[in-house]
Amino acid sequence: MLEVKNLTKVYDGGVQALTDISFTVPSGQFLAVIGLSGSGKSTLLRCINRLIEPTAGQIIWNGVDITAASPDEMRRIRRRIGMVFQHFNLVHRSKVITNVLAGRLGYINPAWSLLNRFPDQDVKNAMRQLARVGIADKANMRADELSGGQQQRVGIARALMQDPEMILADEPVASLDPVLAHSIMKHLEEINKKDGVTVLCSLHFLDLVHRYADRVIALNEGRLVFEGLPSEIDDEKFKDIYGREAERVG
Amino acid sequence: MKSTTTKNTSLWKSVRLGATILLVFVVYAYGFEITQVNLDELRSPQRQESLVRVTRALFQPDLFTYKQDESVVNTPIYVPCPEGGSVPAPTPEDRSAPYLVFSPGCANPGDTIQVEGFNFYPNAEGALRFIPGNDPTTKLALGSDTVATDAEGHFVATLKIPDRQSPQAQYVRATLRRNTGLPQLTDTARDTWEKIVETVFLALLATTLGTILAIPLSFIAARNLMKSVKSPLGSISLSILGWPVGIVGGYFVVDQVSAFSAPLAENIYLNLLGGALAPVAAMLAARWALPEMETQTPGVPLRIARLASLFLAALVGFFGLYQVASLMVNLGALIGDRLGSFEFLGNFMVQSGDIIRTITPVVGSLAVGGAVSSFFSRLGQRGTEKLTKSQVKLMNLVLATTAGAVVLALLGQAIEWLYELNRPDITRWGMSLVGAAAGALLALFTEAKTSLPIGLAVYTVTRTILNTLRSIEALVMAIVFVIAVGIGPFAGVMALGLHTIVSLAKLYSEQVESILPGPLEAIEATGANRLQTIVYAVIPQIIPPYISYTMYRWDINVRMSTIIGFVGGGGIGFLLQQNINLLNYRAASAQMLAIAIVVATMDYISSTLRERYV
Ligand SMILES: Nc1ncnc2c1ncn2[C@@H]1O[C@H](COP(=O)(O)OP(=O)(O)OP(=O)(O)O)[C@@H](O)[C@H]1O
Ligand SMILES: [Mg+2]
Repeated sequence: MLEVKNLTKVYDGGVQALTDISFTVPSGQFLAVIGLSGSGKSTLLRCINRLIEPTAGQIIWNGVDITAASPDEMRRIRRRIGMVFQHFNLVHRSKVITNVLAGRLGYINPAWSLLNRFPDQDVKNAMRQLARVGIADKANMRADELSGGQQQRVGIARALMQDPEMILADEPVASLDPVLAHSIMKHLEEINKKDGVTVLCSLHFLDLVHRYADRVIALNEGRLVFEGLPSEIDDEKFKDIYGREAERVG
Repeated sequence: MKSTTTKNTSLWKSVRLGATILLVFVVYAYGFEITQVNLDELRSPQRQESLVRVTRALFQPDLFTYKQDESVVNTPIYVPCPEGGSVPAPTPEDRSAPYLVFSPGCANPGDTIQVEGFNFYPNAEGALRFIPGNDPTTKLALGSDTVATDAEGHFVATLKIPDRQSPQAQYVRATLRRNTGLPQLTDTARDTWEKIVETVFLALLATTLGTILAIPLSFIAARNLMKSVKSPLGSISLSILGWPVGIVGGYFVVDQVSAFSAPLAENIYLNLLGGALAPVAAMLAARWALPEMETQTPGVPLRIARLASLFLAALVGFFGLYQVASLMVNLGALIGDRLGSFEFLGNFMVQSGDIIRTITPVVGSLAVGGAVSSFFSRLGQRGTEKLTKSQVKLMNLVLATTAGAVVLALLGQAIEWLYELNRPDITRWGMSLVGAAAGALLALFTEAKTSLPIGLAVYTVTRTILNTLRSIEALVMAIVFVIAVGIGPFAGVMALGLHTIVSLAKLYSEQVESILPGPLEAIEATGANRLQTIVYAVIPQIIPPYISYTMYRWDINVRMSTIIGFVGGGGIGFLLQQNINLLNYRAASAQMLAIAIVVATMDYISSTLRERYV
């Protein structure tokens, strides 16, 4: 279970990106995070694995206080939290298989990984994960030779390599066309339903939210303005989340 | 009201313009004065003459020469004409050999006679000289006339008889030369070739050395990597203390290993055995100490055992290094003698072995220093996490005070040594006191458990040092190294190498700063540590620009190494300067030509390679 308590983030420049956010995510849930551009979705997700240092508040995951973890403990926590990004964030000039294997970096001994040595079982596992997302044949290509949809699959395979208990997905389908978006979302759904991995996923399209999410939280200018089931977002709630002038499409 | 202000401003403007023009005028006038711009000098006939001479010489590089055959004919002549006017006509005994005919057959001083030559080399050039005295074999010759023969080996020339009188016959000598065989390289060309090779390799070594050391520096000098490096004060202080402790300890240990390895150094078979077995043993020990993957945190005894094993691995590793060095020295000496003209290969092995032997203690103590420092820093980190706030405060106070004192005391020692102050009360105790006070203040005024931006501090210091060193010209560095290691290419390698380190580190670090942050973030999110993040997210992104900058730097180093000889740094510059000073412009021209060719070739190669790899 993930508990976020009174989370606040003020950036160095003084931007108040998150204000006093509290919510709970039971293990195994698919939680969608919605909100306008700039509302703080990325900041929230990055605070959870402390890629961004929270200013105040607590994040407690399975009883462990992430916000108080030492660098060593943080390494152990992070390796169980996979992350998927809007722009995939692959290392372009590296091979696909290397990008996937990078998911193991939190587990293997740093001394050997510096020599680009991974245990055999990891290499086998990497091939399995690539097969699972349907691009096993691309293992030896350079990452930047892949299409956007294929790159995002590599991103998911990399997260899967971490043997994650939770996946943070920051707008994983925002740079993909609608068909690809569904295929990527289906992968996430399968990981969530089959493997019981908790998924926190920020999304821009409400139809995706309705289709895939168990529960939704909504941010507006860094504040939590809605928490509930996707079906509970009626026109009134929609205007709370996206502003009075917003028109509902689709 | 409004119009007056406009008027005022326009007046003010023209005054300002006038003042500016005046100022510019004065500045340039002064510039002309101190740079001694003076076209009269250029117009003086003497200057122009030497300019012509030099220019002509520069266009005739001293590269090729022919073997020459000489045909010398000395023919007697009476100066003045003998009393009675009868001239013994010199009749050659053999009409098929070269001979000279004068008309008239004798002359008074100052007369001009006609000289005709027959049967010389066809189409050849040579000299026509008056030989004073009565010995035709003497080297002394007067005059500077040149003659050229036609296709039949015939020439007609005039010769002014100098004021040398003798009752006996004096001589006129015609010396005609002709080239034989194929053109050959001159000695200058050979020397130039030898030195240009030295130049290129000087640049190669300097670039290699510089690149190897600039890469790690460039990460420390990259803001985006260092910004997030933060550490609590106790950890920082301990890691600072770890360096001197580790370096001294490391030096001691490596020294012991060296002493242990020395008796075995002579025997080439023992070297072979040691050099082969030691790395394997070290590798095995290291593999045991560093398991590929670990799911549980190991217990304390196991961790101590692993540490001991790592230490042992390091010892064995250093031993192996020494043995390999001895092996290279011995083997190099052995095969060098038998390789004939490839002796340099043996010599290379001997020198490399010697280099390994020399730098092992340095590298070893630095490595141990780094290891101890990072170990201490972890201890500090642990302590900060485990202890209560007030305990941490106390720990910080003690450690920061000590670290501050040690750092400034070391700095004081450096100052003492540099300036020979002989004031230990200030340089040792005074400095330590200041350091201690600074450390204590830092400890008192920071929150006990907060992390301080040590990364930014290291970044700033590194950048400052790099920028300072970079502003020192390589030529100036070369002067310093010539004093330190003597005249020769080695000084040049050191100077260019150092300059390469600092300028490449700067260029590289700018590349690191401009990488995409996304992959960095993604790798960090997998739980990778800092080093892993660099290897997996940073290095793949910077390889192309690094290659490109290295090529570019090699190009610069080749240019630099051509002139570094001017200050004694080896390479072709030394030869060039010498020939210019000796007014030997045709030789200097050969060297300039060589430089131009090498630089142009390098330019071409480096741009081609850069295009291919980037
Ligand atoms: N590194 C930063 N420094 C300062 N301010 C930042 C930084 N990153 C984000 N912000 C600000 O924080 C606020 C929240 O940004 P965030 O990226 O979390 O929004 P978002 O909901 O993910 O938006 P989008 O949908 O466009 O990705 C914005 O006002 C943004 O300008
Ligand atoms: Mg975002």
